[in-house]
Amino acid sequence: MTTMQTLRPVPRGAGLPSTALRMALQPVLRRVVRRIAARHPEMFARIAPYQKADFLIVAKELPFALHLRPDPDAPVMRAVPKSPLPPCDAHIEGPFMLLLNLVDGESDGDAAFFSRDLTISGNTEAVVSLRNALDDVDSSIAQETADLFGPPGRAVLGLLRRRGAAA
Amino acid sequence: MTAEDFSKAGELVCPAGTPAALRTAVDAGADSIYCGFRNATNARNFPGLNFTPEELQASVAYAHERGSKVLLALNTYPPAGKVDLWREAAEHGMRAGVDAFIVADMGVAQHIATTHPGARLHLSVQAAASSPEAIRYYCENFGVRRVVLPRILTIPEIKQIKRDIPCEIETFIFGNHGLMVEGRCSLTNWMTGLSTNMDGVCSPAADVTYDREADGSMSSRLAGFTIDRFAPEETAGYPTICKGRYNAPHRPDGYYAFEEPISLNLGRLLPDLMAAGVHAFKIEGRQRSKSYVRQVVSAFRRAVDDIREGQAPDIGDLVALTEGQKETQGAFKTKKWR
Repeated sequence: MTTMQTLRPVPRGAGLPSTALRMALQPVLRRVVRRIAARHPEMFARIAPYQKADFLIVAKELPFALHLRPDPDAPVMRAVPKSPLPPCDAHIEGPFMLLLNLVDGESDGDAAFFSRDLTISGNTEAVVSLRNALDDVDSSIAQETADLFGPPGRAVLGLLRRRGAAA
Repeated sequence: MTAEDFSKAGELVCPAGTPAALRTAVDAGADSIYCGFRNATNARNFPGLNFTPEELQASVAYAHERGSKVLLALNTYPPAGKVDLWREAAEHGMRAGVDAFIVADMGVAQHIATTHPGARLHLSVQAAASSPEAIRYYCENFGVRRVVLPRILTIPEIKQIKRDIPCEIETFIFGNHGLMVEGRCSLTNWMTGLSTNMDGVCSPAADVTYDREADGSMSSRLAGFTIDRFAPEETAGYPTICKGRYNAPHRPDGYYAFEEPISLNLGRLLPDLMAAGVHAFKIEGRQRSKSYVRQVVSAFRRAVDDIREGQAPDIGDLVALTEGQKETQGAFKTKKWR
């Protein structure tokens, strides 16, 4: 496993108010990743060599990054500070809506890479494996996540999608 | 066309790297879908991609229930003494009920032709058969029913070949420009020790790294060798050696020595290809997402249907999906494409 460096500087102040937010999000993220792992056990076969790998997913607009470890026995997703980013095996960065659409199979990762909207570094094979595992999921992971939180969750997702479509 | 033909002329042959992508292709209107197993028996042996025998069986059932066919790519070359993997793959394909095998190696072709005499064989582009003599050899000796032509022929050349061969022609219409002599390229092997043609990996992801440089540019490297450096706002391409940008004494600023990051798009040439006798249109991209499959297959489904109804095809805008966000008609239009 290789250790990654931060790809680009985080805007000054971006991490200042985020500690409390991150703490509040941790149980939510834990619940989400466990539910997704339970509903889609087949995806782990595609990422078998990298189930213990640490991915950092950085949405440019968010004040924190996400740490994902796709371990089927103990899946991890948690919010981590953007500055400094913790060590990882692979780093994936892009606009939030692009990342959401990639997870949902609504955007093409290669096209986003060609346009330079998506940046990856670190262990490329781990990233490709994760991409292919997610792309084999038929249903919408974002929708399943929203459904976990009932009408408020669906309302937030609907708002995000409308904003993304209008952008 | 006769009743013996595999399907109507203008058959749309679409890629699938996962069962979800296969279902997406079927639902988007693919006539046929090509795919491969999770091993070295096919030329897209990428991490996390491809099918288990069980997934293939379920996928064939899904496709057949909806009138689509499944073509199994066994289009790599078995290394000496390691043919069992290809033989087992052929067995799995037969049990799954695939509609054809796409082969490149003569031994694989001969094995399927003799062990499974009812099986339909297509000759992969990996065989690089570009002359009537070469194509006829495969037809006469192995019963090949279709040839996938290399992407280095003009439409008049294709038309001439069609007159001299006894099988169907399939040509690529979208995706990789593919100018290298396919099945013969050893550039990846030279740098990584893995073979595109025997291991099924061109630029294996495990050997690829992307690094952000101090000036904001991005370097792509294969096995530690820098093969391109993209300026901060410059569109990028795949990290393959054939699309690398290199410095040379006479080109100190770097230049694309072999080919550029650019995608083939023959949307506007589909009527000419059909008139030249091309039976099937192949969309490249088993390594791409189901989003790509949905968009590209849908666009070409509409285009082929338009042509069949006597209308000019409208392929829409697919440039956002193309490598380097650039398109070409390549050698199909002219051999002076650069």
